Amino acid sequence: MSQIFHRSTNIWSKVSILGGLVFAGFLGWVVVTIAWSGYVTGQGVTVDQPVQFSHAHHVGSMGIDCRYCHTTVEESAFANIPPTKTCMNCHSQIWTNAPILEPVRASFRENRPLEWTRVHDLPDFVYFNHSIHVAKGVGCATCHGRVDRMPLMYQENSLMMRWCLDCHRNPAKYIRPRDQVFNMAYERPADDPGIGERLVKEYKIADARQLTSCSTCHR
Amino acid sequence: MSAMDFSAIRSRLAGSEGRLYWRSLGELADTEQFRDYLHREFPEQASQWNDPKGRREFLKLMSASLALAGVSACTKQPAEKIVPYVRQPEELVPGRPLFFATAIPFGGVATPVLVESHEGHPTKVEGNPQHPASLGGTDTFAQASILTLYDPDRAQTALFRGEYRGWGDFLIGVKDALGNHRVNQGVGLHFLTETITSPTVLEQISLIQKTYPQAKWHRWDAVSQASDAVYHFDKADVIVSLDADVFGGGPASIRYSRDFATRRREGVDVEHGGTEAAPAAKPMNRLYAIESTPSLTGAKADHRLPLRASEIEAAARALSGSGGGGTSFSNPNAQKFIEAVAKDLQAHRGTSLVIGGDYQPASVRQLARALNESLGNAGATVTYVAAGNAPADPAAGLRELAQAMDAGQVQLLVILGANPVFTAPADLKFAEKLAKVGLSIAHTTHPDETSVLCHWNVPEAHPLESWGDARAFDGTVTVMQPLIAPLYDGRTTAEVLSAFIDEQSGKSAHDLVKDYWTRAYGGQVGGFTITDSSGQPFKSAESFWKHVLHDGWVPGTGGAGREAGGAAAAGAAAGAAAATTPERSSNLDPRTSTTASAATGGLEIIFRPDPTIWDGRFANNGWLQELPKPITKVTWDPTAWISVKTAEDQKLRDGDLIELKFRGNTAKLPVAIVPGHPDGAVTAFFGYGRGVIGRVGQAPEDVAREFDVYRLRTSDALWFGSGLEISKVGRYVIARTQEHHLMEDRRPVRDANIEDYRKDAEVIAHMGEKPPRTMTLIPEWQYNGYKWGMAIDLTACTGCATCTVACNAENNIPVVGKDQVNRGREMHWIRVDHYFSDDLDNPKTYHQPVPCMQCENAPCELVCPVGATTHSAEGLNDMVYNRCVGTRYCSNNCPYKVRRFNFLLYQDWDTTSLEPLRNPDVTVRSRGVMEKCTYCVQRINYARIDAKREDRKIKDGEVVPACAAACPADAIIFGDLNDPAARVTKLKKLERNYGLLEDLNTRPRTTYLAEIRNPNPEIAPAPAARTTHD
Repeated sequence: MSQIFHRSTNIWSKVSILGGLVFAGFLGWVVVTIAWSGYVTGQGVTVDQPVQFSHAHHVGSMGIDCRYCHTTVEESAFANIPPTKTCMNCHSQIWTNAPILEPVRASFRENRPLEWTRVHDLPDFVYFNHSIHVAKGVGCATCHGRVDRMPLMYQENSLMMRWCLDCHRNPAKYIRPRDQVFNMAYERPADDPGIGERLVKEYKIADARQLTSCSTCHR
Repeated sequence: MSAMDFSAIRSRLAGSEGRLYWRSLGELADTEQFRDYLHREFPEQASQWNDPKGRREFLKLMSASLALAGVSACTKQPAEKIVPYVRQPEELVPGRPLFFATAIPFGGVATPVLVESHEGHPTKVEGNPQHPASLGGTDTFAQASILTLYDPDRAQTALFRGEYRGWGDFLIGVKDALGNHRVNQGVGLHFLTETITSPTVLEQISLIQKTYPQAKWHRWDAVSQASDAVYHFDKADVIVSLDADVFGGGPASIRYSRDFATRRREGVDVEHGGTEAAPAAKPMNRLYAIESTPSLTGAKADHRLPLRASEIEAAARALSGSGGGGTSFSNPNAQKFIEAVAKDLQAHRGTSLVIGGDYQPASVRQLARALNESLGNAGATVTYVAAGNAPADPAAGLRELAQAMDAGQVQLLVILGANPVFTAPADLKFAEKLAKVGLSIAHTTHPDETSVLCHWNVPEAHPLESWGDARAFDGTVTVMQPLIAPLYDGRTTAEVLSAFIDEQSGKSAHDLVKDYWTRAYGGQVGGFTITDSSGQPFKSAESFWKHVLHDGWVPGTGGAGREAGGAAAAGAAAGAAAATTPERSSNLDPRTSTTASAATGGLEIIFRPDPTIWDGRFANNGWLQELPKPITKVTWDPTAWISVKTAEDQKLRDGDLIELKFRGNTAKLPVAIVPGHPDGAVTAFFGYGRGVIGRVGQAPEDVAREFDVYRLRTSDALWFGSGLEISKVGRYVIARTQEHHLMEDRRPVRDANIEDYRKDAEVIAHMGEKPPRTMTLIPEWQYNGYKWGMAIDLTACTGCATCTVACNAENNIPVVGKDQVNRGREMHWIRVDHYFSDDLDNPKTYHQPVPCMQCENAPCELVCPVGATTHSAEGLNDMVYNRCVGTRYCSNNCPYKVRRFNFLLYQDWDTTSLEPLRNPDVTVRSRGVMEKCTYCVQRINYARIDAKREDRKIKDGEVVPACAAACPADAIIFGDLNDPAARVTKLKKLERNYGLLEDLNTRPRTTYLAEIRNPNPEIAPAPAARTTHD
C-alpha cells in the first residue's frame, strides 16, 4: 500500500511541533516581559505632575527631612502628601513670583487642592502600612530609591508582590538602624555582616511565617 | 410546596426520643421536595452534572473560565490622582479614623453612639461604652442609620408646590404665613410631631406657645418609644413580660438586653461552671413571657404562654389576683401557668419585675405597675418616672388635628418628622383632610406620602449631620454633634422651629443648642444639676461644653435627673395628649374579651411594627430590608403570622396570599405559619406598602402595594381587635433565609437546664463527640504570637441580629435583592440561625449567630486550587480576594456554610453618594470572588501595628470585631487564646463551651457557650437532656 503522507511530513511534523513549542514559549516570554516591565508596573517612569517638584533640590540640596512634608509616615498607614500650605510655608517668602510655582499659589488662593499624579500606587486589594515599616527599620530609600537625587519623582522599584516578598521572607537583608531610616545616603557598613540578623532580633521583627501570612497585607 | 401534613409532623415530634431541633416546618415534614431543595446549594450549575448532555457544556464552561481566570490579571492599573488638602486640619491623620460621640434618635429617644469617621466622612456606628443607657451596645436601627445618611433618595432641597426653593425663601414664606397668627394669638396654627425629648426643642415649643397661646401641638407616633418606667434587669430574679418585647430593638432594648444577659450568666457561671460545689454568685434569673405574637422576648423566656392579645389584660388581672377565678382563656394551659407565675412572683418580693407591654392598652401597664408596687419592686427593679410621657390614647392628638382640619380650622400646619398620611389610623382619613389646610409644611428626610401632599417640603438633616440633643430611655441627655456637614440642604428641627421664634430666627443649629446648654449650665433653664462624672462642678461653661461633646452624655440627667428636668417640659409639651390616671382601655372590655372572638366571630388581628423597617421609615434602607426578620427569617416582605392550628383550620400554607378584611378595610399579606403563635389570631405587620419611596423600597410586584396594613389600623383598635376575616386570594413568593445553609440533621444547638448543669457540668460536652487532637495526619499549627479565638454565649444572645447589620457596615457587604435572596445568595457574613424544639404549638426557640468558624483544620483551605484561602500565623483563615478564581469548592466543603460567593456584581459601583459610606480598610469585592468573615482582620492588623510600634502586646479587649462591639447583650467575646488572662480564654474553659459540628474534626476557633435555661418545675417537667449523639 502506498504511503498516504509524503516523507517530508516527518520533518514538517517535527519542525511544527518543536516550532509550536518554541513559539508558545516565545509568546509567553513576550507576555511576561511586558507584564513585568515599567510599562505595566510604572518602574522608572517619570509621570507628569501639575508642578515639576524637585526632590533633588528640596531634599538633596536643601536638606529637608522627609517627614516635613510626609508628616504621618510614623503613625499611619498613609505617609501623607503635603497640603498646599506646607509649600506656602516657605514659598510665601522665597521664590514668591516664580512662574513654576503659579499652580501652587493659585491652589492656595482659590482654596482648590493640587491634583498630583500618583507615583507609587499599589492595587486596591493591597493594604500597605508605612508606620510599621518605618518603626521596624526599613529606610525610605530602601523602597523609594535615592529620592534626594531625583529631579523628578519616579518609581524606583517595581512594587510587585515578589519584590515585597523578597524582604518579607528575609528582612535581615534590608533592615537598617532606626536612626538611619530617614538617611538617604545610608549604606550598610561592610565590616558588620551580622548587622541584619542583630537588628531583626533587637527590633522584634516577626518571623517569615507571620510576615508572609496573606492577611498581613490583603484584606 | 405541597400541602403540609401537620398530623404527621406532630406524631414525629411526639415519637422522637429526647429533643429534636428543627428550623422550619418543611424540615420537620421532611418531604421529598425539601430534601431535594436541601441538596442543591448551587442548583443551576451542579445539576448539569447529572444530565449527560449538560455535562459537556458544563465542562466546556468550566475549563474556559479556568483558562481565562489568569488573564484577568493582565490589566494595567490606571493612573490615579492623589489629592491632598489645601490646609490640613490639625488632628486629622489620614489613615487613622477619629471617633465622635453623638446620639441617633429613634422615635425621639436617643441611642447613644460613637461614630467612626475616616477623613471627615462617617463610615461606622459603634456604641458608646461609657454611656449608661447602652454600655456600648447598639441596635439594628442605629447600625443601619449610616446607610440612610448616604441614601441617594433623600430629600435634597426645599420645595414649594414642587418647585425648588432655598432656605431663605422658606424663612420668608414662614414669616409671611405667621403674619396673621401674631394678631390672633395663633388660632389655626398647628404643629404635628412625634415624641420629642430634646430639651432645646422643648424649650422652643414652650417659647412658641408663649407667643401664640392658641397654637396647638399634636403628637403622633405610629409606635411610641415613650415610657414611664425604667427597668433594672440586673436586680430582678423573676421577670414577667406581659406582651412586652423588651429585647426587640429600640433604644431601651440595648441596656435591657445587657443587664438581663449579664444577670443570666452570673447565675450560671462562676469560675468553672456554677456546680454544686461552687454555687453561682447570684441565683439565675427566670423570664416568663405571657405574650401574643412570638417575639425575641418570648424566644428568650424560660416559659412562654401564648394568648391572644385581647386576653393579656385578663391574664394580668389573674396574675394580680383581681380577675376572679372564672376567667377562661383560649389556651388550656393558661390557668396553671398563671398560678405558678403568681406564686413565683410572691416568692420574690422586691426582686421580681412585671412589665406591661407597649402594644397593650394603658390598663395593662397600670396593672403591671400596681402589681410591682404591691410586690415591693417599685424603686428596686423598676423606677417609675412622671406620668405623661406615654399617653393613654396615642391617637388622641391626631384625632383632634384631623377634626380641626376637617372643620377648616387649620390655616398653618407644620409637620415635623412624622408621616401621618401613611401611618395615621385609617378611620381618621388624614390624607383627605390634609387638603383642607391653608398652608402645610412638611419637614422630612425623604420625600414621602405626607410631603408630596404638603405645600412646603423642607429636607430634614440626618442625625449624623445635625447639632441637637436628645434623651435616652433613662433620661440621660446626649448633645448630638454632626459628623459631616449636611450633604444636601437639610435642616434640623431646631432650625425649622427657630423660624417661628423672633429672637432665634437665623441662628444655626449649633448656636441654638450651645446657647441652650450654656444657659442650662448656668441653671437658668431646664432644672438640671450639672456636675462632671465625679460629682464636681465643671470649671466653666466652655469646659462643660467640650466635655459633654467628648464624652457623649451630660452627667446627672439620667434617672432622678429626668424627673426634675425633663418631665415638666415634656408634660407641658404633650399638649392634647397629656394623660391623667389611665383607666380601662378604650379597647374591648377585658371581661368579655376572652370570649369576644367567639362572640363576634372571625379572628383576632394583632398589629405590630415590622421588626426591621419599623413603621415604614426604613423601607428604603437596603440593609434592613435584607435583614432576615426574627423568628421567620423573611426578607423584603411583610407576612401575616398564624399558628399551626389556624393554618390547619383555614387550610393555609406558607406563601399563600390572603386578603384581610377588618372593619370594612382590606389589605393583602402573604402567610407565614409560625409555631407558637396564639390560635385564632393573625399578626399583621405594618410598614410595607409604601406609596412614595425610593429605589430600594419600591414594591417589586404590584400586589406588594396592597401590603399596606395601616389601612386596617383604626384609632380604636391600634394594636388588636376582633372580627377579622381572611380569605386566600393567591400565592406569593417570600424570600426567606430560614432554610438556607442548613446543617442537615446534626446537632448545632445544645442547651440544658440549670439544675442538670449544676448536677453534672459535663452534660453539654456529652451531647456531642469531640475527636481527639491526634485524629489527623496533618501536623498541628504552632502559634507563638497571638492566637485569635471567639466565644459566642448563647445564654446571652437574644437573636436581635445587630451583629449582622454591624458586620454589613464594617465590611462593605452588598445588598443583593429579593430575587437573589430567594436563591440563597444573601451575603451576610454572620447570620443568626433560628431553631425550634419541642411542641409545635409553643416551641422553645434558640438563636445561634454563625460567623466563620476559622477552623484550625479548615476543610476550605485544603481544596482551593489557587491558594486563595490560607491559614495565617495567628490562626485566622485568610481570604485573599485577588487570588480567588471562583471555583466555589471552598464553599462546597464548608460544613457551616459561612462562605459567600459574589455570583453577580452585587456592589453598587454607580451610585456616587454611597462611595463615602464604604470602609476604606476593607476591600470592596467585585463579582466572582468568595468572601467570608475575617474576624475583622482589619481591626486586628490595626491594633497589632499600633502595639508593635509601642513595643507592647495587644491588650485584652483592644481588638473588638464589629459584631462583638455592636452586640447589646455582650454575647460575642473575642481575644487572644495564648493569653491565659484573656476573657475569651477563661470562657472557653467553661464546661458549657462546645464547638459547632466539632465531631467533623474541623477544630473551630469560634465556639459556643451553650444556652442554659431556668425552667420552673411546677409548670412543666423539663425534658431530659439528650446526652448521646446519634
